[in-house]
Amino acid sequence: MTASAVHSAPRARPAAAAPMLTPGRVVLHAIPWLLVIAAYVALPDYLTLGTNVLIMILFALSLEIALGYAGIVSLGHAAFYGVGAYAAGICAIHFTNEPLLGLLFATAVAAVFGLVTGALILHTQGMTLMMLTLAVAALIAEAANQAHALTGGDDGLQLPALKPLLGLFKFDLWGHTAYLYAGAVLLVWFLLSWRIVRSPFGRSVNGIRQNPRRMRAIGAPVWRRLVAAYGLSAAMAGTAGALSAQATGSVGIASLSLLTSGTVLMVLVLGGMRRLYGAFVGAVVYVVVQDLAAELDPFRWMFVIGGLLMASVLFFENGLMSIVDIVGRARTSRKSPPACGPDRGPAPKVTP
Amino acid sequence: MTHLTILLDGLAYGMVLFIISVGLTVTMGLMRVVNLAHGAFAMIGGYAASVLVASGFPFAAAAALAVIGVALIGAVAELTIYRPLYRKGELPQSLMTFGFTFVVIATLTTLFGTGMRTLPIPAALDGLVDLGFRAYPLYRLFLIAVGLALFGLLWVAVDGTLIGARLRAAVDNPRMSQAVGVNVNLLFTLTFAAGCALAAFGAVVGAQLLPLDPYYALRYLVLFLVVVGVGGLGNFKGSFVAAIVLGIVETSCKYLVPSLAPYIFYSLVLALLLWKPAGLMPARSAR
Repeated sequence: MTASAVHSAPRARPAAAAPMLTPGRVVLHAIPWLLVIAAYVALPDYLTLGTNVLIMILFALSLEIALGYAGIVSLGHAAFYGVGAYAAGICAIHFTNEPLLGLLFATAVAAVFGLVTGALILHTQGMTLMMLTLAVAALIAEAANQAHALTGGDDGLQLPALKPLLGLFKFDLWGHTAYLYAGAVLLVWFLLSWRIVRSPFGRSVNGIRQNPRRMRAIGAPVWRRLVAAYGLSAAMAGTAGALSAQATGSVGIASLSLLTSGTVLMVLVLGGMRRLYGAFVGAVVYVVVQDLAAELDPFRWMFVIGGLLMASVLFFENGLMSIVDIVGRARTSRKSPPACGPDRGPAPKVTP
Repeated sequence: MTHLTILLDGLAYGMVLFIISVGLTVTMGLMRVVNLAHGAFAMIGGYAASVLVASGFPFAAAAALAVIGVALIGAVAELTIYRPLYRKGELPQSLMTFGFTFVVIATLTTLFGTGMRTLPIPAALDGLVDLGFRAYPLYRLFLIAVGLALFGLLWVAVDGTLIGARLRAAVDNPRMSQAVGVNVNLLFTLTFAAGCALAAFGAVVGAQLLPLDPYYALRYLVLFLVVVGVGGLGNFKGSFVAAIVLGIVETSCKYLVPSLAPYIFYSLVLALLLWKPAGLMPARSAR
């Protein structure tokens, strides 16, 4: 997937340097999406797995907004995923089993939840903020466990059969509809978030991650921007959760667990943060490894996740997508001396 | 006098939280590492003691062996896993220690099974004591006594000895203390090992209140972090106050309004952290 070298934009470059969409780049950007379609055609037996990949990509992209662009280290992102999943489940059981309405409802609920908790906790930063994201996730997991009448507690929820999508496409046993549905929703969110990340708002959020103090000094409303980015991220995560609820027909309390939060962190970091297609690579690697380890019990599975997390810090600090950079640099250095390598270190600290 | 009983139960619970979390406050305050693996060290200690007791060791010997073992594991982990992390950001730190926690859970369950581990109270601590107004479990009084003793010991050690002075200096300003000749690296390894040993000790003596299940390292991690965060990084007195307050609040909520207990507890935590983001008693930090 060489496409992302084009659009990685690790730090806010001046707008003039923003890459143009030349025909060649359009082709490169088409590759991942063609692969999504190719997988549908070529691997009809693996569509459930493929749906999981697509949902995981969306979930990781949501974390990308909060962590990669806004720099909010969220250790409790499962909260939004789980809230979305439960909202979709509750909507299907109590209100309507129309899938798109459920999806919108879940997205809205997760967005509101993200905005409210974000407005509360984003006054803090650093370790306190990380602990608060954990505390929020723990609070919502406890709440879901306690509110047995609404959430089924430990047993989770079973969704009734969904109405056909748009009244046309039935959700079939083989997951054809679910796969294309998830792919379409992912594409919509992908384009939206791409647009937002490159908007003045996105640039400003990116600046806040690199240096909140300077951004405040030039008059950016730091807290409001962060809350907005957090809410956006929560909405995306909620959509991902809702998709998983609708695709699998069930919601479990595990969707709110720390393991889920750890998994999505791992997927994003393994693929590469602030890379357009990092989440794609991470999710594919993750689901393939998960499939290979399918016969393992959940505890052995933790060994794999934990090992991957540690390996991602030790060996691929910039994610698997950084291989693209290395290849690209090797190619350009053959032609001409490198101008400057992509610097991905932490933003320089400015002492007052 | 049920209220007094609840208070004592809360105090005992708070002491367990204090014993386990005090190590974490030092590692997070001194080394500035987001240490999400603290629960894992506690869990190793609890599991080790439980396995040793099951194979015939007396409780005290099993506890001592477990604590020493975890201290050694902690020292090795500090040298191998944590040291490369000091220069990195919060994200790599949390990923690494999170991953380490998962690996520890997987290893322990592979070795010792996925069931609950039991760690029976030694016979000497089993039974009731007459407190005048009612009989109260000796074991919980023992926990309170141990917690208070540890607090006193730490007070003397941290405020009254040279090592304690170096530790405080390193918490306040690691670079300056290195410049005046404190061997910060050695201090880090020793305090980290001590912190892990305390975690193991807390897990062993507190096994009745925080049961040793396979998810121990994750389930209670949030609790330990909350105690440290509310108390203030790097200040064991803050952790003591926070652990007792939170212990009493959670216990009394569980008795009086069981269905609302988690909400009240976490809302209180949120409120406290929003009110004082650096904790109730933050260490004076030069960073």
